Amino acid sequence: MATVTLPARPRTEAVLWIRKNLLSTPLNVLLTLLLGTAVGGAIIALVGFIADADFTILRVNLALFVVGGFPRDQLWRVATSLGLFGVMTGLVAGLVWSGAAARAREAGLPVPPRSSLRQIARRFWPVGLVVAVCLGLTQTLGPTISVVSALVLGVVANRIGQAVPHKWRRWMWLLALLLPIVAYLTLTMSGIGWDQWGGLQLNLFLTMAGIVFAFPLGILLALGRRSSLPAIKGISVAFIELVRGVPLITLLLLGVFALGFFLPLELRPSGVTRVLVAITLFESAYIAEVIRGGFQAVPPGQTEAAASLGLTAFQSTRSIVMPQALRATIPAMVGQFISLFKDTTLVAVVGFPDVLAGSGFANTQAAFNAQGLARITLPFVALIFWAGCYTMSREAKRLERRLGVGER
Amino acid sequence: MLRIVAQLVAVAATGLVLYILWFNLSNNLRRLGIRTDFEFLDQPIGVRIAGSDLSPGSSVRKALLNGVRNTLALAVVGLPLLTAIGVLVGVGRLSTNWLVAKVSSLFVETIRNLPPLLLIFFAFQAVVLRLPPARSPITPFGWLVISNLEIHVPGIASGARASTFHLIMLLTAVAGAALWWWRTRVEDRTGQPHHRWLWSLGLIAVVGTVSYVILDRPLTISLPTLEGRVVTGGFGGLGAFFAVLGALVLYTSSHVAEIVRGSIQAVSKGQTEAANALALSNTQRLRFVVLPQALRIALPPTINQYLNYVKNTSLAIAVGFADVTLIAYQAIGNGQPAPQTILILMGCYLMFSLVISAVVNLYSRRFRLVTR
Repeated sequence: MATVTLPARPRTEAVLWIRKNLLSTPLNVLLTLLLGTAVGGAIIALVGFIADADFTILRVNLALFVVGGFPRDQLWRVATSLGLFGVMTGLVAGLVWSGAAARAREAGLPVPPRSSLRQIARRFWPVGLVVAVCLGLTQTLGPTISVVSALVLGVVANRIGQAVPHKWRRWMWLLALLLPIVAYLTLTMSGIGWDQWGGLQLNLFLTMAGIVFAFPLGILLALGRRSSLPAIKGISVAFIELVRGVPLITLLLLGVFALGFFLPLELRPSGVTRVLVAITLFESAYIAEVIRGGFQAVPPGQTEAAASLGLTAFQSTRSIVMPQALRATIPAMVGQFISLFKDTTLVAVVGFPDVLAGSGFANTQAAFNAQGLARITLPFVALIFWAGCYTMSREAKRLERRLGVGER
Repeated sequence: MLRIVAQLVAVAATGLVLYILWFNLSNNLRRLGIRTDFEFLDQPIGVRIAGSDLSPGSSVRKALLNGVRNTLALAVVGLPLLTAIGVLVGVGRLSTNWLVAKVSSLFVETIRNLPPLLLIFFAFQAVVLRLPPARSPITPFGWLVISNLEIHVPGIASGARASTFHLIMLLTAVAGAALWWWRTRVEDRTGQPHHRWLWSLGLIAVVGTVSYVILDRPLTISLPTLEGRVVTGGFGGLGAFFAVLGALVLYTSSHVAEIVRGSIQAVSKGQTEAANALALSNTQRLRFVVLPQALRIALPPTINQYLNYVKNTSLAIAVGFADVTLIAYQAIGNGQPAPQTILILMGCYLMFSLVISAVVNLYSRRFRLVTR
C-alpha cells in the first residue's frame, strides 16, 4: 500500500492574517479571547435589545425631539428653512469647488475632480443614517417630502455654484450668506420668536448663533492678547482666563438668574436671549484662543516682509497676517463648533426644552411614565449628536490635511 | 503717544462698561430690596442635602463647603481613574492586535462625540435608577452592595494604629526620595549605575512590610456587608455620585486616549530608528526614548482635560448630586441673592483651576525641553 503524503495545507491569506493580527503572542491570544467574548456578548445583547424594544415613544414624540414646542400648524416654516439651508450648503460647496478649479486652471494644474456620489456617501453616512432613522419613525409624509426637496434643492444649488461665471461668484457668496438670515426671518415672521423654539432646532440655533456672535468678539480678544500694549493685553488676558476657568453652567446660571440685575430693570431679556448672552461670552474666550493659535501659525517672516514693504501695522494685520491666520484656524474652529454643539445640551439644566430635555419630557408623559424608557430615548438623542459630531470631526481632519495645517 | 492714548481709551472703555454694570447692579438690588453684602452666607440653606448630615437649618456657608467637598471627591477619585483608562485605551489603539485596536477606537470615537450631560443622564436614568430598589439591594461577588440609591464598593478601613502607620510611611517616602536623589548624585559623580528604583522602592517596601506587621495590620481592606438594611464597611456613595463619576471618567478618558495616541505617534520615526540602531531593546526604547518625549508632548493637553473634567463635574447638578453648583443653585432658588452666590461659585471653580494648573506646572517644569 503506497503511502500518500498529503501536500502541506495551503495557508490561506485569512489564516495568515488572523495569526499575525490576532494571535501573534500569548498575551494577544488572551486579549483576543477576552475581548472577543465581550464584543460578541455585547452585539448579541444589542441586537436583542433593538429587536425587543418598542419605539412608540419615539414615533409619538418625534416632533418634540426635532422642534420642541414649535406650533404644529406652522411647521411649514421649519421645512422652508430646512430647504434654504439645503440651498446654502449646496451653493457654498459648489462655489468652493469652482473657486478651487479656477485657481488650479490659473496655475496650470489639473482641475480637482468633483466629489462623486460615493465619496459624499462615505463622508456623510452618519448624518444620512440619522435622517433615515427619523424619517422611518414619522407617521406623516410631510417630513419626508421636505427632506427630499431640501436635498434636491441642495443638488441644484450645487450645480449652479459650480457653473457660476467668475464675475458673479462674489455675489453668489453674498447670496449664500444671506440665506440663513432669510431662513431666520421665515421662522420668526409669524411672531414665533426664538423663545418658543425647542428640540434639536434650539440646539442648532444656539450653536450657530453662539459661534456667529462670539466670532467678532473672539477676534478682538485674540488681537488684544497679541497686542504689545500692556493695558489692552491685560484686559484681554483677564477676560479670557476668567471665562475659561469657570464651567459653562455657572455662566448660564449667571445669565438666567443674574443678567437682569446688570441691566436696567425695564429691559427684560427673554430666556433664550439670556442663554445666548452667556454662550456668546463663554464661546468668545475659546474662539479667541483658537484664533491666537492661528496667529502663531503665521511665520514671523510674513510680518517682517510686510513691514519691509512699508505696510502699516493695521495693513499688515488686515491683508497679510489675518487671512493666513484665519485659514489656519478652520479645523480648530470646526472643533470648537463641535464642542459648542455638545455644550448646548446644558441649557436643559436651566430649564430650556432642547432635544435632551425632550427625552425627559417624553419619559414623563402619562403614557410612558415610569417605564424606564430613558434607555430608548437617550440613545436616540445620542445617535443624533454622535452623527453630527463624528461627521464634523472627520471633516475637520480632512480640511486639516487639505490645508496642510500642522504639517512640518 | 498713540500707544498711550489707545491704552487709555481701552482702559476707559472697559472701566465704563464695568461701571455701568456695577451701577445697574447696585441700583437694581437696592430698588428690589436685596442686600449687596455676603451676610446671606450665615442664613440657613433651607433644604436637606442628600448624602450629608447637614440639616436644612445649617448655614449657606456650611452647605457650600459641603458642596466643595463633594466636587473635590469627584475630582480625587476621577482623575487617577480617567488617566489610567485613557492611557490603556490610547495605547490599545496602537496595539498590533487588530481586535484591541478596533475596540479601542470604537470606544474613543463613540464616547467623545457625545455630550457629557447626555452620558450622565444615561448613567443615572438608564443604569443607576434601574438597579434594584434600596430595600432589596443586590450583593454581586459578595464585595459590592448595589441599590438604586447607594452603591458600596470595597474600601480601606483604618485600624487602631493607622495614624502611626501613615506617619511612618510619610517619613519613609521622604527618606526614599532622599535616597533617590543620593543615588542620582552617585551616578552623576562616579558613573556607577544608580539603581534608583531598587534603592528607594526597596526601602519603602521593607519599612512598609515591617511596620505593617509590627503595628498588627493598621489598614485592612474592608468589604461592605449588608446587615438587614444597613450597610457597614467599604466605601459607599450615592448612586448619583457613581453616575456622574462613571460618565465623566469615560468621557474624559476618551479625550485623554486621543492625546496619548497622538503623542506617541508624534515622536518622530527617526527616534525609533536611532534607538534600534543603538541596539536598545524594545523596553529600553520605550522607556528611554519614546515615552519621555511623548510625555512631554502629552502633558499640556492632558492638563487641559483635567481642568475640563473638574469643570464638567458641575453637571452633577442635572442628577441631583450635591456638588457646589447644585448647592449654589438651591441657595438661589431659596431666595439668596443670585449675583453674590454665582460670584462665590465661579470663585470656587477658578480656585480649582488655579490649583491644578499650579501643581502640574511645578511638575512639568522638570520635563520642559530647553529651547532657544
